[in-house]
Amino acid sequence: MTLGTWLALLVALVVAAEAVRVLRRRGLRSERWRRFFRQRTTSWGLGILTFLVIVALAAPLIAPFDPNKQLDIIHLTNHPPSWTFLLGTDVLSRDLWSRVVYGARVSLGIGALGALMAVSLGTLVGALAGYYQRWVDAVLMRGVDVGLALPRIFILLMAVALWDGLPFPALVIVIGLTSWFGTSRLVRAEVLSLRQRDFVVAARALGADDGRVIFRHVLPNAAAPIIVSAALGVGNVLLLEASLSFLGIGIKPPEASWGNMIADGAPSIYTAPWSTLFPGLAISLVVMSLNAVADGVRDALDPREEPA
Amino acid sequence: MTTPTPPSPPVLLRVRNLKTYFVTEHGTGTARAVDDVSFDLYPGETLGIVGESGCGKTVTSLSILRLVPEPPGHVLPGSLIEFEGRNLLALSAPELRAVRGNQIAMIFQEPMTSLNPVFTVGDQIAEAAIIHQHLSRGAARARAIAMLRLVGIPDPDERVDHYPHQLSGGMRQRVMIAMALVCHPKVLIADEPTTALDVTIQAQILELLDRLQHELGMAVLLITHDLGVVAGHADRVVVMYAGRVVETAPTDALFARPTHPYTEGLLAAVPRIDAPRARLHAIPGQVPAATAWPPGCRFHPRCPYAWEKCAAQEPPLLETGTPGHTARCWLVTEPERKVSKR
Repeated sequence: MTLGTWLALLVALVVAAEAVRVLRRRGLRSERWRRFFRQRTTSWGLGILTFLVIVALAAPLIAPFDPNKQLDIIHLTNHPPSWTFLLGTDVLSRDLWSRVVYGARVSLGIGALGALMAVSLGTLVGALAGYYQRWVDAVLMRGVDVGLALPRIFILLMAVALWDGLPFPALVIVIGLTSWFGTSRLVRAEVLSLRQRDFVVAARALGADDGRVIFRHVLPNAAAPIIVSAALGVGNVLLLEASLSFLGIGIKPPEASWGNMIADGAPSIYTAPWSTLFPGLAISLVVMSLNAVADGVRDALDPREEPA
Repeated sequence: MTTPTPPSPPVLLRVRNLKTYFVTEHGTGTARAVDDVSFDLYPGETLGIVGESGCGKTVTSLSILRLVPEPPGHVLPGSLIEFEGRNLLALSAPELRAVRGNQIAMIFQEPMTSLNPVFTVGDQIAEAAIIHQHLSRGAARARAIAMLRLVGIPDPDERVDHYPHQLSGGMRQRVMIAMALVCHPKVLIADEPTTALDVTIQAQILELLDRLQHELGMAVLLITHDLGVVAGHADRVVVMYAGRVVETAPTDALFARPTHPYTEGLLAAVPRIDAPRARLHAIPGQVPAATAWPPGCRFHPRCPYAWEKCAAQEPPLLETGTPGHTARCWLVTEPERKVSKR
C-alpha cells in the first residue's frame, strides 16, 4: 500500500461518514427522514454502503496493484495480510485488497442491477395478476409456477451454451429474468388484499384510472415487503453470482468478483483463510447493511408504525 | 311502474329497473341484492334511502358509479342509470372516469379505512382536482387547503401535510367530504356517512353536509339506516326492503302517515325520548337471504297484517293519494285489512 492509496481510502471513509452525517442533520427537518434514521443501524448501513460504492467507483485510486496481475508467482503466493498487502495475496500471488476493491464494481453492479430488474419485473407481474385477477392472474401465476419449477442452474447452463461465456450485461439479464418469481407471488398476495380496501374503492370513485390506482394507491402500500424483498434480493444475487462463478459460468477469470474470489480461495481455505474470508466478509457486510437500510426505508414509508 | 313526478325541475339522476345480482361463492345461486329499483334525484334535493342491513342500499349506491366488484357482482342488462340524460351503464371506461369524482362523488362509511394511509390528506384531497382539472402541484395544494377550510378543519395550512393516522375519526370524515367535493360534483352519494362516528360528531358532520349542499347547490343521495338522520336532513325518502323499493314519500308524509308495514315497523323501532318507557319495538325476524327472497310480497313473512294475497302476489308501487307518496303494499287498496294478527 502506498501513501496515495491510504489517502484515497481515508478520503472515501470521511466522505461516506460525512455524507451520512449531513443527510441525518438535514433529515431532522422532515418527518419521513426522521423515521428513516430512527434506528442507529440504518445510519451504519447507509454509511457502509456509501463507502463501498465510493470504493467501487474510485477503484483505480484505492487499489495499490493491478488486481489481475500475478505479482510473484514463486515467492508471494498466499502471503498473509501485511502492510504491503493489506488483505494478503491469493494462490496466484494477486493482491487481495486490490481484487476486493475491483470486485466491488462487479459484485455490487450485478447485485444492484440484477435485484432491481428482478424486483421490478416481479412487482409488475404480481401487481397485474393481483389487480386484474381472473385470466390475467391465472396465466401469469401458472407462468410463475413454471419458472419456479425449472431449476435455475439449468436455465443458466442453457444461457451459457447459447452465449458462450456470459458477458456482464447478459449475466445481469439472466439473473434478473430468473429471480423475480418469489417477489411476484409476494406482491400479488399483497395486492389481492389491498385492492379490496376502502381507500382503493374510494380512489376509483374519484375517477382514478387503473394505472393511478395500482401505482399510487396499491403499490405504495405494499412498499414495505417490496423493499425488504429487494434488499434480500441483492444478497441473493450476490450469492448466486458466487455460486455461478464457483461453477465457472459466472464472471470470467481473471476478472475479480467477490464470488469468484471465494471460489478461487476455497481450495486453500486451511492454509490461506484470508483469501476466502475477506470477500466473504464483504458480501456479508453488504447484505447486513442493505437489511438495515431496508428497515429504515420501511419505517419511513409506513407512517402507521409511528410510535405514539 | 309509477313514479311520482313533482312539477318543473328536470331529473338529475334517474334510476330505472336497476338489478344488481351477485353470483354466490360456489356458483350455486344468485343473490339478487338489488332487484328492480327505480327512483329519481332532482337537482339540489336530498333523497334519503333507508332500510336495514342487507336490503341493498349500499349495492344501489355502488351500482350508480359502477363500483360493484365484478365478479361476483353484475348489473343486469335492462337496468338504466341516467345522469343528465346519459346512461352511465353504457359509458366507456374513460367516459365513466370523467363522471366519477367530477360530476358524481361518493363518501364512504368508514373514514378510518377510506383514506390511503401513505399519503397526506392534502395529496388525497387534491387528487380528484389533479385528475379532472389537471391542476399544477401548487394550485392543487392551495385547493386542498381551501377545501380543508371549507369543511371546517382548524389550521388547514398545517393539517394539509398530516397523514390520516394523525386525525380523529370526525376529522377524517371531514377530509373524505373535502375529497369528494373538490370538483364541486352535482351529485354526492353519502353511504352511511356517520355510522362510524359518535353521536355529537354525527350531528356536526350532517350539519356540515347540509351547509355544503346549500353553498354548492348539489343533490345528495343520503344512504342510512337511521330514520333520525333522514327526518332531519332528507327532502324525500325511499324505503328499501329485500332489494326492492317498498315506499317512497316526501319526508313529512312518510313520518306522518307511514303506509308500508315495514316503514311502520322501522318508525316504531326508533326509541323516543318523549314516549313513556316501554320495551322497544322490534320487527320480528330478519331480512331473508338475498338468494331466496320469499314469493309474493317480500315482507309478508314478517308482516303483522299479511293475508293470503300477500304470499301469492307481489304488489306494485301503489299511489297512496298524497302527492309523491307510493307504497308497495296491498293495504293501499284494501285498508280495511289492517288488523294485526299478532
